[in-house]
Amino acid sequence: MSYISHNGEDLGRILAAIGIERPDEVFSSIPPALRCRAGLAVEGPKDEESLRRELDFRPSRVVFAGAGIYRHHIPAIVDALASRQEFVTAYTPYQPEISQGTLQAIFEYQSMMAGLTGMEVSNASMYDGATALAEAGLMALRIKGIRRVAVTRAMQPSFRSVLRTYLAHAEIDGVVEIPFDPATGQTDLEALEKSVGPDTAFFIQSPNYFGVIEPMEQVARIVSGTAGFWGIAVTEALSLGALKAPGEYGPDVVLGEAQSFGNPAGAGGPLLGFFCTRKEHVRRMPGRVAGLTKDREGSQAFCLTLSTREQHIRREKATSNICTNQGLCALRAAIYLSAMGPEGLKRTALQCAAGARFLMDLLKEKGIAPVFSAPVFHEFVIPMDEDKLKELKSTGIVPGVPVARQYPEIPGSLLVTVTEMNTQEECRCLAANM
Amino acid sequence: MSGSEYVTRFPEVREPLLNVKGAPGKNKRVLPAPFDTAGTADLPGTRGLPDLPDVSEVETVRHFTRLSRLNYGIDHGMYPLGSCTMKYNPKITEEIAARLAPVHPADTAAMEPVLERLAQLQDHLVEICGMDACSLWPAAGAHGELTGMMVISRALKSRGDKRRTVLIPDTAHGTNPASCTIAGFATKAIPSGEKGYLEASTLRQHLDQDTAALMITNPNTLGIFEQEIHAIAELLHENGSYLYMDGANLNAIMGVARPGDMGVDCMHVNLHKTFGTPHGGGGPGSGPVLVGKELEPFLPSPRIFRDDSGAYALEEEPYPESIGKVHSCLGNVSVCIRALAYILSLGPQGLREAATTASLNALYLKNRLKKFFDLAYETPTLHEFVLSDALQKEGGVTTLDMAKTLMDFGFHPPTVYFPLVVAGALMIEPTETEPLEELDRFVRAMENIAAMSREEPEKTHESPLAAPVSRVDEVWAARNLILTWPDGRIQPGEEGI
Repeated sequence: MSYISHNGEDLGRILAAIGIERPDEVFSSIPPALRCRAGLAVEGPKDEESLRRELDFRPSRVVFAGAGIYRHHIPAIVDALASRQEFVTAYTPYQPEISQGTLQAIFEYQSMMAGLTGMEVSNASMYDGATALAEAGLMALRIKGIRRVAVTRAMQPSFRSVLRTYLAHAEIDGVVEIPFDPATGQTDLEALEKSVGPDTAFFIQSPNYFGVIEPMEQVARIVSGTAGFWGIAVTEALSLGALKAPGEYGPDVVLGEAQSFGNPAGAGGPLLGFFCTRKEHVRRMPGRVAGLTKDREGSQAFCLTLSTREQHIRREKATSNICTNQGLCALRAAIYLSAMGPEGLKRTALQCAAGARFLMDLLKEKGIAPVFSAPVFHEFVIPMDEDKLKELKSTGIVPGVPVARQYPEIPGSLLVTVTEMNTQEECRCLAANM
Repeated sequence: MSGSEYVTRFPEVREPLLNVKGAPGKNKRVLPAPFDTAGTADLPGTRGLPDLPDVSEVETVRHFTRLSRLNYGIDHGMYPLGSCTMKYNPKITEEIAARLAPVHPADTAAMEPVLERLAQLQDHLVEICGMDACSLWPAAGAHGELTGMMVISRALKSRGDKRRTVLIPDTAHGTNPASCTIAGFATKAIPSGEKGYLEASTLRQHLDQDTAALMITNPNTLGIFEQEIHAIAELLHENGSYLYMDGANLNAIMGVARPGDMGVDCMHVNLHKTFGTPHGGGGPGSGPVLVGKELEPFLPSPRIFRDDSGAYALEEEPYPESIGKVHSCLGNVSVCIRALAYILSLGPQGLREAATTASLNALYLKNRLKKFFDLAYETPTLHEFVLSDALQKEGGVTTLDMAKTLMDFGFHPPTVYFPLVVAGALMIEPTETEPLEELDRFVRAMENIAAMSREEPEKTHESPLAAPVSRVDEVWAARNLILTWPDGRIQPGEEGI
């Protein structure tokens, strides 16, 4: 398939206007020694039907996997609206007069995210939750006096990995991990108390990687006024529909993964990182941000703003290098939140929590108790041996995500997630096969 | 209709913010409810109803449909943003990508064919770029730059080398220095010179034992192929430095010349530019990193490999010298699959034809427009070229005026005021997918603007007149910083601001 429109006559006119005879002459400025002698060893061309046949992907029948990427109901209007070409095929809105659609949608996304997290501002999106955490780490290190980063060990392992990748290139005294209590699955508060000080930026995730809800009141009491900077990570944005807004605990940033808002699991990406903070930090905030303004006639209008922080003006002094982010994913989140509304979001969040409890009870009847005792949101860790896992997978059931590779201290365990996409029958099926 | 709701340029211009539209009880959506929520009383720290707009389905649909009509997309018409490669995005690739939606990344059975296709994309990118290995995980071009520079940093560290300076020609994208800084390097801008490309002799003057790398875009942002790239690579390698290539402009040379053959050690490509995936109003993009053999051990984890049974899987243990993970999962997977579908759709001849036609279209425009506008450089160009407002400025018409006036002719403007080496730059990249009629329409629009600049320059200051809003006050936005729904639900128009 070719997407070029010129016929022979068009080509003739173009060549004549340029003053060359053959199309290849356009490359005369490329030194001959650097030009390819052979054609590329690339497959194709292929017709659309061949592509449909060859690029086909199908999920397993029953899935209880989450661990940072979640399957949730997506109202039909999300795809219908977000697939409009006016949104899909537009560039980053540098020319606000003909990009008001993208800009207003981003502004509304920011407004809803700030509201849900209980923070004052949100940026336009990050690549994913992990890079949002890494950028928060970098942001904290730009504050005078902060030299260390402390992160809970119960934080999503991929978040910690990406944080370490980024911080390996920063000026920093070290990254420490604060252990969790092996009985409750919650962060060890005594260890926390010993690890944070004014030179430390501290990050905690709640609900944490094990699905366990952290004792946030106590955490806030320990770190507020003690840590130089602190942030709360949320990897299941839907939990914001049921749990207290993290901003109420007084952190400097609330960040994480908002894929659950209208974006599919999608084989792992694109995801939707979010980043919310307080107004005092807005000039240090990474990423793009849309602001409300007016046009010459005084009408409401929107544009990208705070660009003086950004790379096209500040270059090497920029607060971040983010240019293209996850615009369309943020649009999907805005449409999703509009479609769900306050009641819908809350009810769905509670459905997830109820589903996890329903499955937990079924498993308890079979003598399988959760590994951790503290309350969870919608996922929990259970004991599981490798052979059993293989056996389950061969039946078309994905029972969860193995934990041991990331946490050798809890061998033979599985993180099981229930959402409103699972049914009671699926839960019974899983329990029966255990 | 009340007096304050006056009709202006576009019926939907005053589409209110969603929070203004909402009222309790409007949203009547029936949602999946498989479980009994009575048993969730043990949830600690719950909240009341979240503060979200309560609107009906029809209102949501109208709201976002109206917003969409305030946007300009590539399906509307030409989008000649230089160095952004706004080409047509084939619809079949959207359809293919949608098939990934229900797959959870922990569903190993479902992921196996996905990984196979990702491996195929890696192989194809390696072939197109003439490099040795590829990582698909960076989620955008700037993320690719950062990843690539971290790879170089790790490689230097591994050989005990403390070099910290990255040289960057003055024609570079602003993200280049920003990415280098985050990767822990200091940057130094070097002049690209009168001819519009970096000369080896210039590089030699700046090269020293602290030079970690040179970061160069080829063809550069003037549309000029870096004539001395091979000599530059040799100089760098003799000095123990690496050559990083920003592949933003790969579209110009795809199937014609390969960065690996030029001596490039590390590079990124922008799938959302060269390989036809949509920009989505600012992402998701994808910025795969490619390296030569020497840098392969440092690529981000995880790596895709083929096990003994021939099945594709992700590594269990990270490579010891890897920089580590740069993304929670596998980057923007569906963007990668779109790019693969694009490559397979075009095939080797089609890719080369795309590159050739991209330059033909650009040269056609350049030859027709240089009669009316100042052409910044005489050096031959490929897929894009840079004009300036030097001729129009005399009458008081700036690049900004011309950009906004182009909107009234139904075009998205070119990239403006970039590259920085050209004052009042208009950087034009039509791409290969523009029909000749559209190119001609653009020429007529630009000719008209040139004529307006001579005859009635003040008219251009008023533009855009046909866009949904008139010129937007970006200074006001930065000064007032209203970044969320205003309290009290004020509308700036009503407040007379």
